[in-house]
Parts: sequence; structure tokens; C-alpha cells
Amino acid sequence: MAAILELAGVLKAFGAITVADDQSWSLGTGEALGVIGPNGAGKTTMFNLVTGTLPVDGGAIRLAGEDITDWPAARRCRAGLARSFQVPQPFGAMTIFENAFVAATQGAGLAPAEAEDLCLDVLDRTGLLRKANTMAGGLTLLERKRLELARAMCAKPRVLLLDEIAGGLTDHECKSLIETINGLRSTGISIVWIEHVVHALLAVVDRLIVIDFGRKIAEGEPRAIMDSREVRKIYLGIEADA
Amino acid sequence: MDWINAIIQGALLGGLYAMFAAGLSLIFGVMRLVNIAHGDLIVLSAYVALTTSVGLGLNPLLALVIVVPVMAGFGYALQRLVLNRTMGDDLLPPLLVTFGLSIIIQNALLMGYSADPQKLQAGPIETASVNLGPITLGVMPVMVFAIAVAVIAGLQWMFYRTALGRAFRATSDRQDIAQLMGLNRAHVFGLAMALSLAVTAIAGVFLGIRTSFDPAAGASRLIFGFEAVIIGGLGNLWGTLWGGIILGVAQTLGAKINPGYQILAGHIVFLLILAVRPRGLFPRMDG
Repeated sequence: MAAILELAGVLKAFGAITVADDQSWSLGTGEALGVIGPNGAGKTTMFNLVTGTLPVDGGAIRLAGEDITDWPAARRCRAGLARSFQVPQPFGAMTIFENAFVAATQGAGLAPAEAEDLCLDVLDRTGLLRKANTMAGGLTLLERKRLELARAMCAKPRVLLLDEIAGGLTDHECKSLIETINGLRSTGISIVWIEHVVHALLAVVDRLIVIDFGRKIAEGEPRAIMDSREVRKIYLGIEADA
Repeated sequence: MDWINAIIQGALLGGLYAMFAAGLSLIFGVMRLVNIAHGDLIVLSAYVALTTSVGLGLNPLLALVIVVPVMAGFGYALQRLVLNRTMGDDLLPPLLVTFGLSIIIQNALLMGYSADPQKLQAGPIETASVNLGPITLGVMPVMVFAIAVAVIAGLQWMFYRTALGRAFRATSDRQDIAQLMGLNRAHVFGLAMALSLAVTAIAGVFLGIRTSFDPAAGASRLIFGFEAVIIGGLGNLWGTLWGGIILGVAQTLGAKINPGYQILAGHIVFLLILAVRPRGLFPRMDG
């Protein structure tokens, strides 16, 4: 399995606080990778580094073999990297359709007519079609989360980065989200998913990595990782002296 | 009847002010840039039209075909090469740079064209008029107003119906997120400035046909533009048209009372509206 996304020795520090400490991992084409770790471990920062919101202090990021470390965020998006935010960040003064349309015309580079078709299809799949002409500023949390996913999908990514998209959802909503994400996987999109809702994560991902203090501390088959003593100690904070 | 006539003339003049304001409003809306050089760019457009129409023997109205793309191209280059380097969280650096640009344009025009007032000669259409009962309407003012309405309708359509307009609005809404959606900020800003100067070019040509202009004529046009934008409410293009009309009517009514009160009356109405409705008459309603 060729790596679609690869981090090699990525470093980032804010003053004395190291948020990415020699992070190296790779994502195979078509793979779904789960990322877990305690709050403040540097998971979201890692996404910011990958998407180009923050510059790295050292190391390299490669997308499909190409070094994108110095690329601006917009270029990375057009090359096939899209993300959703833990705290939804819609364009509030625009409708749901327009939010998706911006991603489809700019990120995916589609002509308006094609973009419209893609948006309507994605909004349908994410259950937002009936609200397509509603202003994004007035949506509920669930709708905002769905819009995050829809907007990222409309950029037609090769790699989709999901940041705690299941947080705050009911069991039923979570189930339909898992179906949507598994549906996406079947179209060949590779996924990196940061999530605290472990059962949702385990229903989707092929592999897990564990991050703590900006450092990758474990990596492997999801069940084995969740059962490992080290993860239970650091991530779940239990059995410290068992 | 004189008063009604003054109101109508003022409203038609407001169309020109709305065009001064539309370019200013667009730039502020998309990238939060306060363009102090806007008035001088209007005057620069008038001079470009002067050179083209005299040089090629064209009617200034036909010269628009050349002036509009020239100014749009200049705007794109100006934004990409100069202004983008100053854009950031701080509003002050770009404001200072446009202030410097204003001085540079004024002095370059002074060197190139001298301080003598100039005028664009559009021929018989300038004095043509139609009689509607007791009221006489000049063909030019009516045409300018109609074009102003068309420009604003066109901008409105562009903003709300096209991919480019949505790119502008997304950038205006959340610049950082827009970039993660694949929007190249530098290019989008360049396009916004190009569009602003295209509108400015139209305004400049009509200004030059309506009155004489000199290299220092920009400052008062900048103020009229700002006043129209603020009266109408920031970010609302139709509001900007209303702002221009209110300002134009205030000026012609002031001039009717006493010719010396023309400009003063406009400023007083502006200040009154600012005191009563600080966000303008038609502030944009958004999330």
C-alpha cells in the first residue's frame, strides 16, 4: 500500500511547549487511520501542520510522494487535502449550499454546473439537502458538524482529515455518521480521524496511532492498541499502579 | 417646482456618488482594506480616459472600452505587487500604503498633466435633454444614473450568484477557513481590486464628462464615496445606492438655499444620519 500522506520527523514548538515532537507516521492509499490521545496532546495541532494553517519548525510532510511542507494552505487543499473542524467553522453569512459550493469550485476546481451537482449530491448524502438555502450561521450543532463534513467532501479530497466529528452526537446520529464515513471510504478516499468516541472510531479505522505530549507513543491494530497497558495508562488514565 | 427639480437632479447625481462608493465598499467588504487612494484612482481614470480619447480621437464614452480593462489590470497588479504585502491582522499598514499611493498618484498627475483643470468632451450628448412637463432632464445624468443602477445590480448578482462572488464572500467571512477550502487569498484579493477599479474607471469617466477635474480633485470624491457607503450601511450595495442618492439630494437642496451650502449640506446630512443611525440606514443583516 503506497503512502498517500506521510509525516517525517515533524517538529513544532510554541515557546518551551513542544506540540509536535519528531512525529513520523504515514497513511496508506485508501486507509483509514484513527488518532487518539488525551486532551492537549497535540492532535489538532498536527492537523493544522498538515493542512498548512501552521508552519512546521522542522521535518517534512509529503502528499502522494510530493513534498508539500512549504506549500500554502490553499494549494494543499487543491492538491487533495481537506479537513473538518472540531468546533465547526462555517461561513456564517452564506447558505449551506454556498458553503459547499465554495469548496467545490475552489478546492475541487470544478466548473459551476459540475460543482452544483456535486454539492447537491453531497448535501443529500449528509442529510442537509432540505436546508440547502438556510444561512449557516443559524444552524444547530449537529447540522454544523454535518456541514463541516459536507464542505470537506465537496473539496473532493484524496485525504480527508476529520477532527472529533462524532463528539456530541446521539447514538443514532453517530451510527448514520459512521455509515456516511464508511461510504466515503468505499469511494477510495483516505481518512485520518481524531476522535474521543472510541466505539465510532473502531467501527471505521484500520489502524490507530496514539499521541501524547506531541509524540507518537503507540501505533498498530486498533483492538491491540486499545488493550495495551501503556494506552490504558496514558490515554484512559486508569490502572496507573495496577 | 424648482425644489422638485432640485431633488430629481440630486438623485441623479447620487448615481455617480454610488459608483464612487461601490468600489470602495467592495474592497472594504472583501478584504477590510480602507483605500485612501480611491478618490485619486477615480481621477486617474479620468486622466487615462482623457489621454485615450484625445490620443485616439475617441468619444470618452467609447474610451470606456479601453479605460475599464486598463484600470482593472492596474488594480490587479497593484494588489498583487504592493498591497498584498501589507495585508494582515493589522488594518493600519495597508491604510498607510494607500495614503502614500494617493500622494504618488496626485504628484504623478501633476507632473504629467499640470495643475490646469481638464474636461472630457463627450459632444452634443452632454447638453441634450428631454422635457417631461415642467421638468427637464439631462440625458447624461439619466444615463449615469441608469448605469449606476446597472453596475450595482451587476455587483449584487455577481456576489450572490456566481462562484467568484461566493469566493469573495467566503474570504470576507473567514479568511483562514477560506484558504483551507482552496481559495488563493492573494489572487482573490487581486480580483477584488481589479473589479473595484473597473467600477472606479466608469465613475471616473462620468465624473470627467460632468465636471472639470485636476490632479487634486480626488480627496473630495473619496469623502463623498465614504459618506455614501456609511449612510447606506456597510456591506449593503443597494444601501450604497440610497446613500449616494441621499447625499446627492442633500447637496442640490443645499445649493438651492445658497450655492455656498452645497458641500456643507451633504456633510451635515451625513453627520445627522451617523448620529441617529450609526450603522447606516440599511445595515447588512447577517448571522
